[in-house]
Amino acid sequence: MRAFVAVTRRDLLLAVRRRSEIANPLLFMLIVISLFPLGISPAPETLRLIAPGIIWVVALLSVLLTLESMFRADFDDGSLEQMLVSPHPLALLVTAKIAAHWLVTGLPLLLVSPLLGALTHLNAATTVVLAASLALGTPVLSFVGAIGVALTVGLRRGGALLSLLVLPLYIPTLIFGANAVSAVMDGLPYHGQLMMLGAFLLFSLALAPLAAAAALRISMN
Amino acid sequence: MWTFFHKLGSPPYFYRIAGRLIPWLGWVCAGLLVAGLYGGLVLAPPDYQQGDSYRIIFIHVPSAWMSLFIYVLMAVSGAVGLIWRIKVAEAIAAASAPVGAWFTFLALITGSLWGKPMWGTYWVWDARLTSELILLFLYLGVIGLHSAIEDRRTASRATAVLSLVGLVNIPIIHFSVEWWNTLHQGATVTKIGAPSIDLSMLLPLLIMALGFKLYYFMVLLMRSRVEVLERERGSVWVREVVQTG
Repeated sequence: MRAFVAVTRRDLLLAVRRRSEIANPLLFMLIVISLFPLGISPAPETLRLIAPGIIWVVALLSVLLTLESMFRADFDDGSLEQMLVSPHPLALLVTAKIAAHWLVTGLPLLLVSPLLGALTHLNAATTVVLAASLALGTPVLSFVGAIGVALTVGLRRGGALLSLLVLPLYIPTLIFGANAVSAVMDGLPYHGQLMMLGAFLLFSLALAPLAAAAALRISMN
Repeated sequence: MWTFFHKLGSPPYFYRIAGRLIPWLGWVCAGLLVAGLYGGLVLAPPDYQQGDSYRIIFIHVPSAWMSLFIYVLMAVSGAVGLIWRIKVAEAIAAASAPVGAWFTFLALITGSLWGKPMWGTYWVWDARLTSELILLFLYLGVIGLHSAIEDRRTASRATAVLSLVGLVNIPIIHFSVEWWNTLHQGATVTKIGAPSIDLSMLLPLLIMALGFKLYYFMVLLMRSRVEVLERERGSVWVREVVQTG
């Protein structure tokens, strides 16, 4: 547990020292979201119709942008190797890194979600569900993404490959996340979708660190 | 029996056995494919609703079955390679991925050709089509990862992890997509109870499915033989094989 806290704190500290890394994905998200009214239509009805999908897709992409940073710096300076040879279980340390990654990327995303809702004319109730779906869904993206990063961290040009590996695995989260938001807009029950997201979260919490740890061992060889 | 399996794990033995099996598989497979195509294209009556265009199922359905079957086989042999470090299993997993991707592609293409006259469009975002497309992406990811890693054995182990992750995710993806949208006709053969398909159509379909499976095994053995040779290129037996031809 101490190792878990130590790794999380270290990663958070590193992120705070380089604030632009936190800000860039958020700015990316805001800019891309504001492109849609320009590209499709500024009419509130249209925006409301596409809002759940675009917000979720852009969230997916902005998480994808930040995934590389999860292990990259540690791989380059050798601290990842130290984690591999440390007496603590690697899956635990990986979980700590994933938690830190989510706190740096997923949580800010959650905090700006009211702004995104306002930009796309979502009402208050819908925005709450949007935030709830993001709160449950974005950790899944970090967990699943960790496996992809762990597999590609040793490669020189892993970026494009990473999206090919990870995006198909993001599809269930996208479906249920966006669907929860559209359901509440249509006045339909949305608890089932949120529960599915919760189930994905627990499932990925249980299995993804193990897979990512195994993948890291292979990548470091 | 067990010693046979143990021996199969040794590359030179596998190489020889596979070489002897390939012609047999090839002839039986060719026979089955000819019989299945004759039965499907000539003997089977036209469908009362879809006319003759349904006949594409004799290619489409076996390809779709194969696309899933190969993924499972690839993931399982990848796991075997990962756990017991059996070189032949790694070679089999590596050889499976491209074949599986082609079968998935074939299922998608034949499906969309069938969709044009039947649904009036080449592509619909229906549950089965979408999950087949995602399966293709998963295959491409496996192939991409394998080719991106230079060391063959590391590549095999990394792709084994990836295909296992994919294997866990396939049912989740499938049911998410199913829940999201559905238009494709329901299962006709694998549903519980009697198949809702006439025997004269079912029989060629099953023959074709068997033919496709044998074709896959044949290609798999050919590809894994080459793969084994390449991986073992430093060893004595490969030199002997190359020198004696």
